Amino acid sequence: MKDSNFIIELNHISKRFGDKVVLDDVSLFVKKGEFVTILGPSGCGKTTLLRILAGFGTASEGEIRIAGEQMTDIPPHLRPVNTVFQRYALFPHLNVYDNIAFGLKLKKVKADEIDMRVRRALKMVGMTDYEWRDVNSLSGGQQQRVAIARAIINQPQVLLLDEPLAALDLKMRKDMQMELKQMHKELGITFVYVTHDQEEALTLSDTIVVMSEGRVQQIGTPIDIYNEPSNAFVADFIGESNILNGTMIKDKAVSFLGHEFECVDKGFGENTPVDVVIRPEDIYIMARTDSGMFNGVVQSCIFKGVHYEMTVNTAEGYEIMIQDYNAFEAGQEVSMIIKPSDIHVMKKERLCNSFDGVMVDSTHVEILGASFVCAEQADIEGGEKVKVEVAFEKIELMDNKDDGVVEGDVRFILYKGDHYHLTIRTENGDNLYVNTCDVWDDRDIVGIKIQPEDLKITKA
Amino acid sequence: MKKFFAQTYLWLLLAMLYAPILIIAIFSFTEAKVLGNWTGFSTKLYTSLFSGGVHHSLLTAIENTFIIAIISAAVSTLLGSIAAIGIFNLHHKKKMVMNTLNNIPMLNPDIITGISLFLLFVSLGITQGYTTVVLAHITFCTPYVVLCVMPRLQQMNPNIYEAALDLGATPMQALRKVLIPELKPGMISGFILAFTLSIDDFAVTIFTIGTEGLETLSTYIYADARKGGLTPELRPLSTIIFATVLLLLIVINIRSARNKKQSNA
Repeated sequence: MKDSNFIIELNHISKRFGDKVVLDDVSLFVKKGEFVTILGPSGCGKTTLLRILAGFGTASEGEIRIAGEQMTDIPPHLRPVNTVFQRYALFPHLNVYDNIAFGLKLKKVKADEIDMRVRRALKMVGMTDYEWRDVNSLSGGQQQRVAIARAIINQPQVLLLDEPLAALDLKMRKDMQMELKQMHKELGITFVYVTHDQEEALTLSDTIVVMSEGRVQQIGTPIDIYNEPSNAFVADFIGESNILNGTMIKDKAVSFLGHEFECVDKGFGENTPVDVVIRPEDIYIMARTDSGMFNGVVQSCIFKGVHYEMTVNTAEGYEIMIQDYNAFEAGQEVSMIIKPSDIHVMKKERLCNSFDGVMVDSTHVEILGASFVCAEQADIEGGEKVKVEVAFEKIELMDNKDDGVVEGDVRFILYKGDHYHLTIRTENGDNLYVNTCDVWDDRDIVGIKIQPEDLKITKA
Repeated sequence: MKKFFAQTYLWLLLAMLYAPILIIAIFSFTEAKVLGNWTGFSTKLYTSLFSGGVHHSLLTAIENTFIIAIISAAVSTLLGSIAAIGIFNLHHKKKMVMNTLNNIPMLNPDIITGISLFLLFVSLGITQGYTTVVLAHITFCTPYVVLCVMPRLQQMNPNIYEAALDLGATPMQALRKVLIPELKPGMISGFILAFTLSIDDFAVTIFTIGTEGLETLSTYIYADARKGGLTPELRPLSTIIFATVLLLLIVINIRSARNKKQSNA
């Protein structure tokens, strides 16, 4: 592996804080000179991953190599990486010059060389003549520039950036994005950038790593990630999308929204349930005609600057989002067309909930850390291990957590045109997936109940 | 009218608080042996305090007091700062426990601290003298230093230590070049506080000073007063100490006001 052209190799990294799994078997390979963005919602483990790369945290399992060298247990000061922190982390007792020269002074670089390199770094970040300023007197954007100069002056092999623009206002953020991209081109070093801002990720990166719940969801170029999301989470997180349940009838034919459509995907088999993703800008909308593929009534229309964003209720009872340059007023009857190449078909990750459980007695089964009443099982004895399946629709959620057998909280909400697909995390950390028409909010605490006849039990 | 009473009350209170020290300060400028007799303005007591006109043991006591104060303030600043960094980096629950444990010795009456240290030294068979007094003073000063350093740590950006490591500093270099400069204002306040506490202490000192004839200022004055009548030179001495402590207090307050302004900016 020594001669590989990967500058960073993360092999099966896991991190646990107590019982909590923050990173779950993350593997990532970064090529020299790449601009890689780790993208995900807060709490997905992206910052933890960056801290493990920098050496501020250690992985519970797995191996890290940087530039071919084993780095798993090497302390931060011996790693060939430098970090730009979210809250700048400039040394308040030093002026701009001494902040930037900090790394070089430690390496005992000659004074005149330090002088030259500090000036060059300041020029690079557009802060010439700020050498003797007190860092506390600088604005947020200026402080971040100094922080970047302080990191790149050491000529690291890899520059790590932890949401460096998160604390800046929108205008400043846009300017800095362009400057960072320019800097990456000039320096030619590898950037690993952490952000929760999908637009920033799409703008800056060569490669995006989408993370959620401590796991890598997809790795790809911005175009791949946007056009071919690998699952519903990625489709929902990157850009706007309509995510719908569908059935792959045969190769190049899929049915959803109550209609059959031609598509370009194949190899899913016949009559296979799938998720279908359609970007709102890929649906063509027009006044009601007979040549449309399906019809509907505009529910709402909002001006978004470049385009209008419309919610349309289809004749079959689905709600879809459409973006178009032309406005159709609420109440107007419309027809829609979708091109085959704009229909993205994704394999469903699961078709129902499936748990490992243990029979307590003939009418009780233990799953999710609690005992549920089930239909009488004549041929399975108490204590036997079983597999339990529950359909998404058959899980009841209660407002009052004490009304359920176990409690959990809502982790992820996906709107599927005519219902919500929720991910619920129970107290013991099991995930369960629920289809419901009721509206729940992120992090709502719910009670979970399942009717006895809905538990499908088979011997494990 | 209401305002008048409020004002009078305030001034009366202040007068009562400061009258004793004011009287001593006024009567330090006269020669009379007995406090209360004014025999005309004179600075003779001041000159005789410093020209060795008084009993030799008073000067030794002053010297002892200052040496003990400097050593114990220096050592407790070092210990307290390290302890504060350690406590700050503990996890939430342990941190709370340690903070409480740190606060208890400060609330504990000095007399109890004195007796328990006395018993400890006796049971360990340590001869009481200079060393035991210094150790005792370090013991009760350290928690105050922790208390002075802790707010600086809380205000500090938690990433700056990591930033130093990231830029190639070893943990020791990061401590020396980044953490200590950041904590310096708190450490200086802690040192000054420890110094004044040490000079001031009587209860703990009397229990740990032993019987070898070692005297600090507070024990000297106590012994002197019990012999009947205070040496007149104690009046200028008290005045000087009061002025010094007042000055130090003003310095601490100005420093903390300036720090607050800086961190708000």
